[in-house]
Amino acid sequence: MAVKTESKLDARKLRADFPIFEQQIRGKPLAYLDSAVSAHKPRQVLDKLRTFYETEYANVHRGVYTLSEIATAEYEGARDKVARFVNAPAAREVVFTHGATESINLVAYAWGLDNLGPGDVVVVTELEHHSNFVPWQYIAKRTGADFRAIPLDDHGELQLDALDEIAQAGNVKVVANNLVSNALGTINPIEKLAEWAHEQGAIMVVDAAQAAPHHAIDVQELGCDFLAFSSHKMCGPTSVGALWGRAELLEAMSPFNLGGHMIRSVKLEETTWGQIPFKFEAGTQPIAEAVGFGAAVDYLTDIGMGAIEDHERELLVYALGKLDDVPGLVAYGPAPERRAGIVSFNLEGVHPHDVAQILDMEGVAIRAGHHCCQPLMAKLGVAATNRASFYLYTIPEEIDRLAEGLHKAHKLLAA
Amino acid sequence: MSEFDQLYREVILDHYKNPRGHGLIEHADAEAEGQNPLCGDEVSIYVAFGDDGDTIDEVKFSGRGCAISQAATSMLTELVQGRSAEEVATLPREELLDEIGIPLTPVRLKCALLGLSTLKLALHKAKGTPLPEEWAGASSDLELK
Repeated sequence: MAVKTESKLDARKLRADFPIFEQQIRGKPLAYLDSAVSAHKPRQVLDKLRTFYETEYANVHRGVYTLSEIATAEYEGARDKVARFVNAPAAREVVFTHGATESINLVAYAWGLDNLGPGDVVVVTELEHHSNFVPWQYIAKRTGADFRAIPLDDHGELQLDALDEIAQAGNVKVVANNLVSNALGTINPIEKLAEWAHEQGAIMVVDAAQAAPHHAIDVQELGCDFLAFSSHKMCGPTSVGALWGRAELLEAMSPFNLGGHMIRSVKLEETTWGQIPFKFEAGTQPIAEAVGFGAAVDYLTDIGMGAIEDHERELLVYALGKLDDVPGLVAYGPAPERRAGIVSFNLEGVHPHDVAQILDMEGVAIRAGHHCCQPLMAKLGVAATNRASFYLYTIPEEIDRLAEGLHKAHKLLAA
Repeated sequence: MSEFDQLYREVILDHYKNPRGHGLIEHADAEAEGQNPLCGDEVSIYVAFGDDGDTIDEVKFSGRGCAISQAATSMLTELVQGRSAEEVATLPREELLDEIGIPLTPVRLKCALLGLSTLKLALHKAKGTPLPEEWAGASSDLELK
């Protein structure tokens, strides 16, 4: 990829692009520290959705009429943008889905059911979001394959020295891992895992839902075979996401959803499948959402993924310093240089739901719960954690308000 | 010229109404069936090679389709006659599009290129020439035919 010098981002200026911040929550300005679960939408994306519906909308890949051609060009233009965003070798390797979860299910079902069986091993990690854990556990069980998880060390990093033992368990066929952990922010060594996976003759499936919004992604450098991500965490609309896959794998795979548009020809005796990516896009797709996804990719690209990552790392270091002063606070996760803008923590003697409730009264939104990572919570020996996460529009004052709220929670319930 | 006259220019209408190469070749040296999944059009292409087993002696087609796809396929049968299988297998689509000579939107482009893509598929099956990208991944279908 071309090296681009990016200027530092100005979060205060960018904040003005997001109408959500114009209101008060509980009489206070919104401090939104939950972008890891979903990001807010800038005007540029909202405007594109409105313009598209008002002037360019029709179903795609069906009509001969001009409006349908325009809508199709917008939809396919969005696919090109998404493909460039992850440096995919070809746009036809990008399948629009309803999100990262569906992308992973697509691979687990369409690839897994045809390629897995007894004697095979499916490898995930203890750090996975349920969306990259449960589908593989389920498909492994259905096909009789063994299911293994790479363990974590105490800092929330993968213990790669366990790989040799896992390789003894049988034919490793799938390795599935998130590029960035949604619960701890850990940036995982995908390149190394992909290399190991390929040595075993396995495919490497990457859940990039938490990485794509914050981190420049190059599928060719990662060396993976599939990569899944969602628009809604990247300032784009909900209900749309993407699966990138190597063309030769997508072409050899059975379809996932079946119905209209994904066919080449349908006869009473037999149906044949269309070309990729359409083979995987049955029925009317989230068309406007995909176009909005393209607008979100433009928005992020204009700011610069490097600038976003730098901004978040600065906030992370600032937040870790602030939180260090809070009595009874236990923080989880690796060192800042190997971590995205996510802080997971507990306040001794205060349940995360109470922490989140007290913070909400201050207008501070964080996540409290298991973050769809119950195996990880079991490993940490907790039922839940609090999680604050940052994005391009996060400003230090929001972190100050988080710290103040935590002091208050400690005084109220633990002191 | 109006947009309508430009699209349905005389030569297109002529090829549509009097298609060259329409019909079957019994015991063809190469044949294939192609579909346009967008509108359900189907075309079958039949090829007969000359004595050298490589020069295209005759191309015929059958099937149904819109004026653009039928006229384009009709023009194609004339365009490739006397050329080698190898040459036609890699024929740039622009050469046929120049011949058609009308502005085409992406959807209509698929109509115009259905015959060419199916001819390339027939040559691939008979001669192992390169498979055009639009047929990539359809190899499992091809074995059934």
